[in-house]
Amino acid sequence: MCGRVSTEHIAATTCVTDGTQGMEMIAAWLKIDEESFVEALQETRERLANVGAEVALDFCSVRRIDANAIRTLEGLAGAADDRGAKVVLRGVDVAVYRVLKLVKLAARFSFVN
Amino acid sequence: MIADELVQERIQIPLAAEALSEERTAYLEELASNAKTAAAVLTQFSQEDVDRIVKAMVLAGLGQAQPLARLAVEETRLGVMEDKVIKNMVATEFVYNYIKDKRTVGVIREFPERNLVEMAEPIGVIFSITPITNPTSTVLFKCLMAAKTRNAVIFSPHPNAWRCCSEAVKVMYETALKHGAPDGIFSCLASHTLQDNAYLMRHKDVGLIDATGGPGAVKAAYSSGKPALGVGAGNTPVYLEKSADLSTAVTDIILSKTFDNGTICASEQTLVIDDEIYEVVLKKFAELGTHICNASDAELLARAVIDPKTGFMQPMAVGQKASDIARFAGLSVKPGTKLLIAPIQGVGREHPLSVEKLFPVLAVYRAKSVDEALRVCVDVNHAGGLGHTAVIFSRNDEIIRKFGEVINAGRILVNSPGSVGAVGGVYNDLPPTFSFGCGTGGGNSTTDNVNIYHYLNIKRVARRTQAHMWFRVPSQIYFNWNAVENVHQFPSRSTIIVTSPSMEQFGHLDIVRRYIPEGTRVHVSVIPDAEPEIKVVTQGVEALNFYKADQIIALGGGSVIDAAKIMKLKYESPDADLEELAAPFLDLRKRVIQYPTEKIKRARLIAISTTSGTGSEVTPFAVLTDKARGRKVTLADYSLTPDVAIVDPQFVMSMPEGLTADTGIDCLTHALEAAVSSYASPYTDANAMHALRLAFNYLPIAYEQPRDEEARAMMHNAACIAAMAFANASVGVNHALAHAFGARFGVAHGRANALMLPHVIAYNAAVPTKFLPSPYQKGYIAHKKYAMIADLLGLGGQTINEKVNRLVAAIEQLLDRLDFPRSIADLGISPDEFERALPDLTRLAFDDPSWRSNPRMPLISELDDLFWKAYKGRGLAKCAAVSQPNTSQQQLA
Repeated sequence: MCGRVSTEHIAATTCVTDGTQGMEMIAAWLKIDEESFVEALQETRERLANVGAEVALDFCSVRRIDANAIRTLEGLAGAADDRGAKVVLRGVDVAVYRVLKLVKLAARFSFVN
Repeated sequence: MIADELVQERIQIPLAAEALSEERTAYLEELASNAKTAAAVLTQFSQEDVDRIVKAMVLAGLGQAQPLARLAVEETRLGVMEDKVIKNMVATEFVYNYIKDKRTVGVIREFPERNLVEMAEPIGVIFSITPITNPTSTVLFKCLMAAKTRNAVIFSPHPNAWRCCSEAVKVMYETALKHGAPDGIFSCLASHTLQDNAYLMRHKDVGLIDATGGPGAVKAAYSSGKPALGVGAGNTPVYLEKSADLSTAVTDIILSKTFDNGTICASEQTLVIDDEIYEVVLKKFAELGTHICNASDAELLARAVIDPKTGFMQPMAVGQKASDIARFAGLSVKPGTKLLIAPIQGVGREHPLSVEKLFPVLAVYRAKSVDEALRVCVDVNHAGGLGHTAVIFSRNDEIIRKFGEVINAGRILVNSPGSVGAVGGVYNDLPPTFSFGCGTGGGNSTTDNVNIYHYLNIKRVARRTQAHMWFRVPSQIYFNWNAVENVHQFPSRSTIIVTSPSMEQFGHLDIVRRYIPEGTRVHVSVIPDAEPEIKVVTQGVEALNFYKADQIIALGGGSVIDAAKIMKLKYESPDADLEELAAPFLDLRKRVIQYPTEKIKRARLIAISTTSGTGSEVTPFAVLTDKARGRKVTLADYSLTPDVAIVDPQFVMSMPEGLTADTGIDCLTHALEAAVSSYASPYTDANAMHALRLAFNYLPIAYEQPRDEEARAMMHNAACIAAMAFANASVGVNHALAHAFGARFGVAHGRANALMLPHVIAYNAAVPTKFLPSPYQKGYIAHKKYAMIADLLGLGGQTINEKVNRLVAAIEQLLDRLDFPRSIADLGISPDEFERALPDLTRLAFDDPSWRSNPRMPLISELDDLFWKAYKGRGLAKCAAVSQPNTSQQQLA
């Protein structure tokens, strides 16, 4: 993922793409916060078709997720599977990670620190 | 009267989920999925979050106590509305009072003195079956427990209590949601079937089944393969003993048995009354609105309320008023009759009313004696009430204790009503509950009043305990030339000197006698110069008793001092069983057999060592030979440690050279093994290291120049100092091997040690195949300890391996200098003979407690290998040149 993703922290839901011609992978980095969690993830899901191979979601500021967020993540995982995309979650708090484990969602994402 | 719905409580829920429609399966899957998500989300909630939600739920439940009670009575047609209001209030207010300050998130309890912390882990999804008898109160109670513990619950109410239960769930759910709980935290099966229950009981996302209800539901829960809390039927005996406060007892029994028309399964079922108070008690019952049945009434009643085919209560009677039951049975009772009491003459199928009756009918038995009363209570207890509840009214503590002993019940209530008492929190400090665990007697997993702790996985964070260590030696140790003079300071009326023939020959005995205070009656007990036998000890104890000794002076080598230690033990504690005291143990502090602490006599033990090896004068060990059974008995306990040790080199000047070498190597082995022992401490290290330096330097001199007083004195000190180390750090595998080999082939202990020593050092310095659990030591450090010893001895070497090799070489060189045989083969033992003995040798060595503190846990194959190495005596590093001093002067220089 290094070098393919912007290293800047970008405002919520802002998507940066690397549109290099001829490259198969297009990466995006989205910073997610609790207030706009569902909206941001829905937007990510919509963009998956355009983004393609890999999306990195920065969870650094997410300390808790609710049932809606879980459902949205399930939808995102499904969409990513359908499109052969990879969703990478960065900086996931371990309490949130445990929730994803409990609802059997963790295996459907990649995690980086 | 209600129809036979209650029979469903006894219907077996299918053990295997039968095929459900796709639609139904999808519905159940959605319930489970929502509950799983809710449970996952709840894991993020703090204690404050759940406490806020729980408080809101309690207030909502209290606010709906009456509507829910009314709904329950309308739907189930059981019980008393007013009582159900009380139940709903207990299920909320009393439960809240119990749980409000309890921690259920994160760290829930701390035990600093045990280095232990308990942390809560939610279960996840709980599938809960609720009964018809206490429908809404059970739902309120379980919702509060689940919220408090961050679990989600799927409820499956009794079919005939579904409406009121689903309403109770709704009240709790909506309130919880409003205060931040996740969607799906509580749900209630809509119009469920037994197949639904079976499906959910086996659902992968259900973590626990909590079945409160009839035996069928409970059995199905336990048969599901899931962890389950299944609590069910009872048959509560109540013993009214003649010392009781009768007015209180009668009132309590009436209020309990009529509470909600007797639907609480903890309510009294058979009242056993002492003969002396029988009439007066029944009179009191009658005065308070109870109909006392005569024999004919009792028969009519039994026919009406007990199913003759099954022997169980008729469902139609459950939760009905006494007056309605009487009318149905054809009894003529006064208006306002609240309870029917029917005499029975025994317990069992021939006495139908002796079973559980969840309605206001109470069987009564007149007991001629306390024993008979207790027997009948036990009979009732065993007639369907095992593990549940029992009640006694008495002021006699002894009878209460006996009742508690013979009755198998999770709740044994004293001087309080059964039903309301068992619920807890009202009449006693039991946790408030609507689920009574009945233990294995009732086929349940708990005898507790089910409470929040049953809805939690409790994680125990156990920090490594810093094991207490010790350094115990005699309180007085006198050393140096003429230290024996100190005997003079110990007053005694009667002293026994235990010694050996050689001590008399060398004149040592006379020297000691010289310093015994005047006026002391002295008797000398001369024992053989060999490991003491039982008969020697027995004779010694006889002498101690005959002379009423208050002091024992042991003058001799290890054998004499060991004999005196055991004589003292048997003299002071005649009942001490040596066989039992020699039982094996892994950790001295946790041993099964404890040495006697009560002593009928006391005698001071002064140990004067006349060899420089065993150090028995300061150790808590003693070895006894059991010739009759061809074995040695090793005793180990600090109570065996002599009171006074005298280390006077004048007594070792006459030691022959062979004994000097043997005992000297024993001393060296003690120090080496104590240094690398897993029980080693800075205190024992200090002693072991210094003893090693002394022994290494002075043993050759003492051997070669036996009149060198300095060398003799230093070796005598070395033996005592090394013994102080191993008395507290113990020894190791070298001793285990030497004990086995020495005993089998009659080889002196020091010599046997010498044969093993180089091989054992190499073995211990290598990476262990197996580590021995030891809380005393951090990490494997034996090789470093050996290297440290090499440095201390100035043996040189750069790496740890080099240093260890040089230590082994130095020891081999020392053994050569002491003219030791360098292999077992050198002793003239043939390979065949040795091979034949080997299985026994390894078995004995492995049984020997000495290696329990060895830094490597020896495998049998490794012991075998070590024995063979000792047999072959292959030198490990003979090439290393180590210079040792030749005289004391050189050493001092």
